[in-house]
Amino acid sequence: MKLKSILAGAALALMASTAAFAGDVRIMWYSDGVEGEVMKDLVGRFIKENPGINVILDNVAYSVIKEQLPVQLEAGNGPDIARVTAIKDLARHWLDLRPLVKDAKYWDDNFGAQADWMRPDGSNQISGFMTQITLTGGFANKTLFDQAGVPLPGPNATWDDWAAAAKKVKESQQVPFAMAIDRSGHRITAPMLSYGANYVGQDGKPAPLDKGAKDFLTKFVDWTADGTFSKDVWVSAAGTTYRPAADDFINGQLAFYYSGSWQVANLATKIGNSFDWVATGSPCGPAACTGMPGGAALVAVKYTKNPKDVAAVMDWFAREDIVKEFSERTLFLPGHKGVVDKGGLDFKTDNEQAKAALTKYVEATKSTSETALKLPGWRWSDTVYAAVVTRIGQTLAGELKLDDAFQRIDADIAQKVKDAGQ
Amino acid sequence: MSTASSPSRLGALLMTPVHFVMRLIDAPVRGLQKATGIGGMAAFFLAPNMLIFGIFVLLPLVINFVYSMTGGTAFFLSERQFVGADQYARLFTCGSYLDPMSCQEDAFWTAVGNTFWFVILQVALMIVTALITALILNRDLAARSFWRAVFFFPVLLSPVVVGLIWKWILQRQGLLNFILYEFGGTEPYTWLTDRNWTFAATIGVSIWAHMGFYALILLAGLQAIPKDLYEAAEMDGTRPARVFWRITLPLLAPNLLVVVVLALIRAVQIFDEVYVLTGGGPGTSTLYLTQYIYETGFASALRNPGLAAAASILMGVVLVVLTLFQLGIGRKQENKGKR
Repeated sequence: MKLKSILAGAALALMASTAAFAGDVRIMWYSDGVEGEVMKDLVGRFIKENPGINVILDNVAYSVIKEQLPVQLEAGNGPDIARVTAIKDLARHWLDLRPLVKDAKYWDDNFGAQADWMRPDGSNQISGFMTQITLTGGFANKTLFDQAGVPLPGPNATWDDWAAAAKKVKESQQVPFAMAIDRSGHRITAPMLSYGANYVGQDGKPAPLDKGAKDFLTKFVDWTADGTFSKDVWVSAAGTTYRPAADDFINGQLAFYYSGSWQVANLATKIGNSFDWVATGSPCGPAACTGMPGGAALVAVKYTKNPKDVAAVMDWFAREDIVKEFSERTLFLPGHKGVVDKGGLDFKTDNEQAKAALTKYVEATKSTSETALKLPGWRWSDTVYAAVVTRIGQTLAGELKLDDAFQRIDADIAQKVKDAGQ
Repeated sequence: MSTASSPSRLGALLMTPVHFVMRLIDAPVRGLQKATGIGGMAAFFLAPNMLIFGIFVLLPLVINFVYSMTGGTAFFLSERQFVGADQYARLFTCGSYLDPMSCQEDAFWTAVGNTFWFVILQVALMIVTALITALILNRDLAARSFWRAVFFFPVLLSPVVVGLIWKWILQRQGLLNFILYEFGGTEPYTWLTDRNWTFAATIGVSIWAHMGFYALILLAGLQAIPKDLYEAAEMDGTRPARVFWRITLPLLAPNLLVVVVLALIRAVQIFDEVYVLTGGGPGTSTLYLTQYIYETGFASALRNPGLAAAASILMGVVLVVLTLFQLGIGRKQENKGKR
């Protein structure tokens, strides 16, 4: 009798734990700013409204998303939902939510513009939605410019104009560097496009580096050699490792910092009243004044054991009111057409600089080049970015001559394309 | 009487399930012994251990080797194409092995070169530092236990913590520059973006992190040396340097050998603290072999697990050679001891 009771109890416990497991939805999430906190709050509300689904939010470092998640996905594992930036590269791992969401038309209408960025070529899959649309652009330390008596370059100022002005500020204010750009292929692609670069060949595969790309890279290397650009960020790692220069800007060590719209909340929070700063948009080159669009997407992973629960979670987070609230609280540009078209976003900050910066970024989206708009959905973007970062990093560290770096970049990309074809 | 019988009764009670199991397996084991003989029984008892070794060591090795013979970016073996020794050929395609830039996989040869110099310098400096530390800690110091703990403490730290601590010390706005500025008025220097300083820093930091462990092994060796030898030397008026070279060092040789081989193997595998401290930079000046394998297989855009597997097999060969060297020396010393 006793044995029977024990066995029955054990069976009940096992059933209960299995039932709980069946309703678990695990989200792998990274944060640039305050969005982790906002998401935690929203997840709490979702669980209250949907007691049958237990959402577990795993806050991880961006490097985990970039380096470990792809390996987990290749092995057929990973979370149920993830916030990612390599959305096209990993598209084969995303779950098609079309048959699972409540209203596929709502998704097409509101997230259709970026749907191609995150689905396999040629499919009409609904993989997820952009938690934010980003655009690369510059930030200037206005206090340093004012103190140096150097006027901020105007709206159509070129990279040369900014370099000259920032250099004057650096010399006057004795800051370590005039300018910095994140160690990232995505970031440096924006000025390369402004100089006329076109990564995409006629066959849709990567083209060798063209004059536009080489022109900007040559200037960048020269500017780093003469101390205009920060050397620290680009030589402080090997390979494709990402390094932001945000801390240098926050610490008042830079006159001009080229990063992107996702930094607005971070800068607003960390700089506070220490100094005045402004978003500048992207400086111009001979061909354009473009930034690089991008962003992070919340995508469902096809290896999930609970696709219906995952779809319910995705439906909830894709709701117009939730997207609006998320954008207002995180200071991110929304990727939801309805939210954008209706306008009236009330960004939750009393920081006027942050509000002005967001307005500037919204304006800057109008000057985004056609090539820039194509790249987030192009399969080989990350391959080109990786080769450029690796070899230019070596050049700045004095290991390669620039001409050799150009040859190596082309060879690296060709080898990767060959590897992918095997 | 009752107190004497209680433990034995408890023991008998505890042994009941054991006896039950023994009785259960007794018959089949007897049968097995009859069928296979004593040799078969040895294999039977070794089987569980061999099974674990096979699953967790041998099988991954074989899988790794199979991966090294495949190409493409897919992770599943079934989706990968057999390319034979192409990955090895790619690693060895070089104009000159002394000039990494002439090689198809220049990063691999840069990593090999960096690892080679790192191993030579780090192990040599590590042994000297650990030996000096052990000699000092073996003396009659005040608060000797405290000092032993101080030198051993970094060994207890996670490599990530070690990397971060030293990054905060060495970065442009770090502690070292602050101290140099406060006391010498020196302008901040970027220790972690200067190729030579960064390489030296990786050696220094890894010595700081691991030296305590090796010092402890040497300290144990020093304490095992009979005191009467030193007393005899003192009575003979032998100079301290001669005592060190003629008594201490020869009798410490077995421990030193263990330390050398362990430090060599650990140095070849260097990765974590350096990855946190320098990320392999500036450029590729602190890119070591393990990081190359990690980046190639897991971190770069369009990962290449086949190439990473081939590089790790080559690294494995080096480690096997070092291990065999250790075993050979160990046996030689054992034989010497017997004679």
